[in-house]
Amino acid sequence: MTTNLQAQPEARVPAPVHALEVRGLVKSYPGVKALDGVDLVVRQHEVLGLAGENGAGKSTLLKALVGLVRPDGGEIWVRGEKVRLRSIVDAADHGIGMVFQEQSLVPNLTAAENIVLGSEGPGVRRGVYRWNTMRRLAQEQLDKIGSHIDPLARTDTLSFADRQMVEIAKVLRIEERTSHPPVIILDEPTSVLESKEIETLFTQVRRLREFASVVFVSHRLDEVLDVCDRVAVLRGGRSVGEVPAADAAPAELHRMMIGSTGGDDHYHGASAAVRSDERSDEPRTPRLVVRGLSGKTFRDVDLDVHAGEIVGIVGVHGSGREDVCRALFGAEPTTAGEVVLDGERLDLSGTRAACAAGVGYVPAERKTEGMVGPMSVADNMTLTKQHSRCTGPLVRPRKQATLVDRWIERLSIRTPHRGTAIQRLSGGNQQKVVLARWLVAGDVRLLLLDHPTRGLDVGARSEVYRLMRELAGSGVATVLLADSLEEAIGMSDRIIVMSDGRATTEVAAPAGGKPTPLDLVKEMV
Amino acid sequence: MTSPTEAGRGAGRATGTEADGDVVPAQRPRPRRGVSLRDAGPPIALVVIFGVFAVLSPDFRTVSNVQNVLDAAAVLAVVTCGISFVLMMGSIDLSSPGIMGASAITVALLVANNRNDNDLGVLGVVVAVLLAAGLGCLSGLALVVLKVPSFMTTLGISAVGLGVATLMFAGVQPNVSDTMLQGWAVERFLGLAYLTWIALACVLVGWLVQRYSRLGRYAFAIGGAEEVLALSGVKVAPYKVAVFTMAGAFYGLAGVMVTSQLGAGLVQAGRGYDFSAITAAVVGGTLLIGGRGGILHSTVGVLLVTVLTNGLVQVGVSPYWQGGVQGLIVVAAVAAAVIPQRRRNQVTK
Repeated sequence: MTTNLQAQPEARVPAPVHALEVRGLVKSYPGVKALDGVDLVVRQHEVLGLAGENGAGKSTLLKALVGLVRPDGGEIWVRGEKVRLRSIVDAADHGIGMVFQEQSLVPNLTAAENIVLGSEGPGVRRGVYRWNTMRRLAQEQLDKIGSHIDPLARTDTLSFADRQMVEIAKVLRIEERTSHPPVIILDEPTSVLESKEIETLFTQVRRLREFASVVFVSHRLDEVLDVCDRVAVLRGGRSVGEVPAADAAPAELHRMMIGSTGGDDHYHGASAAVRSDERSDEPRTPRLVVRGLSGKTFRDVDLDVHAGEIVGIVGVHGSGREDVCRALFGAEPTTAGEVVLDGERLDLSGTRAACAAGVGYVPAERKTEGMVGPMSVADNMTLTKQHSRCTGPLVRPRKQATLVDRWIERLSIRTPHRGTAIQRLSGGNQQKVVLARWLVAGDVRLLLLDHPTRGLDVGARSEVYRLMRELAGSGVATVLLADSLEEAIGMSDRIIVMSDGRATTEVAAPAGGKPTPLDLVKEMV
Repeated sequence: MTSPTEAGRGAGRATGTEADGDVVPAQRPRPRRGVSLRDAGPPIALVVIFGVFAVLSPDFRTVSNVQNVLDAAAVLAVVTCGISFVLMMGSIDLSSPGIMGASAITVALLVANNRNDNDLGVLGVVVAVLLAAGLGCLSGLALVVLKVPSFMTTLGISAVGLGVATLMFAGVQPNVSDTMLQGWAVERFLGLAYLTWIALACVLVGWLVQRYSRLGRYAFAIGGAEEVLALSGVKVAPYKVAVFTMAGAFYGLAGVMVTSQLGAGLVQAGRGYDFSAITAAVVGGTLLIGGRGGILHSTVGVLLVTVLTNGLVQVGVSPYWQGGVQGLIVVAAVAAAVIPQRRRNQVTK
């Protein structure tokens, strides 16, 4: 704050006050530093894009801005005033509102009720609804954004695009609380919209700029560049820079998001399949052959995976790759297509059939889908094949114990005892138990790994990588949905790029001939 | 799981510049109005079942039997009014037997009776209903303060209510000699017992609460998406307690009504009403997962259950079969109601 004495005849001209400013924001969770000194400036009447990979700290930052997360350190300034945001109401009082990623409307109420929810004002007097007033209040909000939705329509009868309008109308209610232009945060607003609807939303965002500042978050970099004035990039909980949207390319943004490629011993290795391929020139039949697989979110997916090969599937949020993975395990219904495993047709009607055929699946949500928290390591490890391994409906404790102890030792799982509840282990060791579940079975032929290293620290990650390599070395075919592009490139022998539900490109990634993240990004967006 | 539209996007995404000026509003699907099959189902079923019994049994289609059906539905309708709000929130309430028992004994001991010299009349009824509301309030408080699931708290409160009733009962049955209370069950207005009119009034009040009060709308919203309320700055706990309190008051009134019918206060006045009321509500379309249905739905459910009970007797089905039949109906109705929401590997608890 220096004052320029010479060139200011009218010294009253106020310094530009930012709508919102974040200085050195810090937030730690056990084991992770989600925000590590983030700085961010949102100017008046601008649309600021916020970009970053999964885990870059975007959502924590947004939550801190609306009072849902209390930062450990750092400051938040609103229009030149330092504030402490304790709750979402607090944030609204300061003119900050957010449209949440998961659509946050009550589906069984009318649009009008959703718009005024929590701040009904004259719409409710002494606990009694004034439906006419309510409709008028809602109509005023909808008029602001030029929407023609019937305020008394039930929300679950509206299209996704209309619901988004209702959300924006709702968040603009914070204008009633403050006399200043509000700051509106849009978290992944396009993820459920179709292209035409996205256009309407963008027009809306540009209109919002007239009387508000907007923070726009999206995984789709072309969108961010399209609608924003400026883009700030987060990486690893830090601000790594910003670019004016006018002269930036998606690739450039992406480079900032992923930073320099870090070296890792387990990356750039080759799997058994590739090495053996080098020796024999004969073409081999792939272990897994997928032809024309279609479902709700993916269409005509073809995929081959050889024994001992790791194939990565990459794609942006909404590319459908998670659903393909789940479908191969019979956990997601399919509408067409054929899957052949080792020459036999794979029954996709349920997970039981997949298990029986030797398919293993490590789900992305370890805590809710991968393990039963309060149960012991031993029980978690023998969860799938309990009936065959420990014979009959009754658990045979001694047989289970020997089996489990062997795998605890082989995978060097650090647990006090096989009877310890799995939730008391570290994330990496938990994940090893989840993986071991399929190894105990002994006959796993295809492993589907959905974000196997999510939430793990560096050390635990490389152990999981080592395990993956060992398994591939023993002939298991692996499909990997990696946590980051680097991981996909480093671990895979081949990479399939998925975009909008289709497998669009295949990129070879042999050791020594790895593609760069940019090569893949070009195909993804 | 929530993005069925994603596969269809992507093609032909223009940069937004040309859309900047005047925008052709994207074609919006018209908001669906009118009544969905889910809402229309139970009333249609009611008409069909009524028609079938009317054809099968000449005794069933008499005016006096229709009056019987309506009178027989009165107590269940009041209990169901209370439980509907709880179910709309996605909670469950098993406390009606205990609360009804407590209120039945209380009212029997407060109006003119053979056990003591009390003769409070209407005031006695009010006290009994307030006591019941207090018990309901306890369920709600245990739910929001102690975070005990409603299944458990209401089961506990039911036991507490039965305990209170047993204490007051003290081994000697209080017989009611109050003419007003006795008259409710006997005297008729426009062919229907006073009790039936009371039940109709309860349904009307319940409907008004559901439609026009913040309490009712928020109960509905809590069942729809409780997190959203929190994200909108609404504190849900007071509303939950209020809903359980209101439900308790309805059960209390139902207990009074049973006392009027029997002419005596019984600990077991509310026996079986928990299950019957849930059956009626669910059959009418008030789902156990919350956020759907309402008072009118539940009332249709009450009539369905009552017509079925009455009709099965009229066509000669043994009353011994009734309990089992009712059980099958509720399971079948729930199964039919959740069919649209089924998906693979769904977790059901």
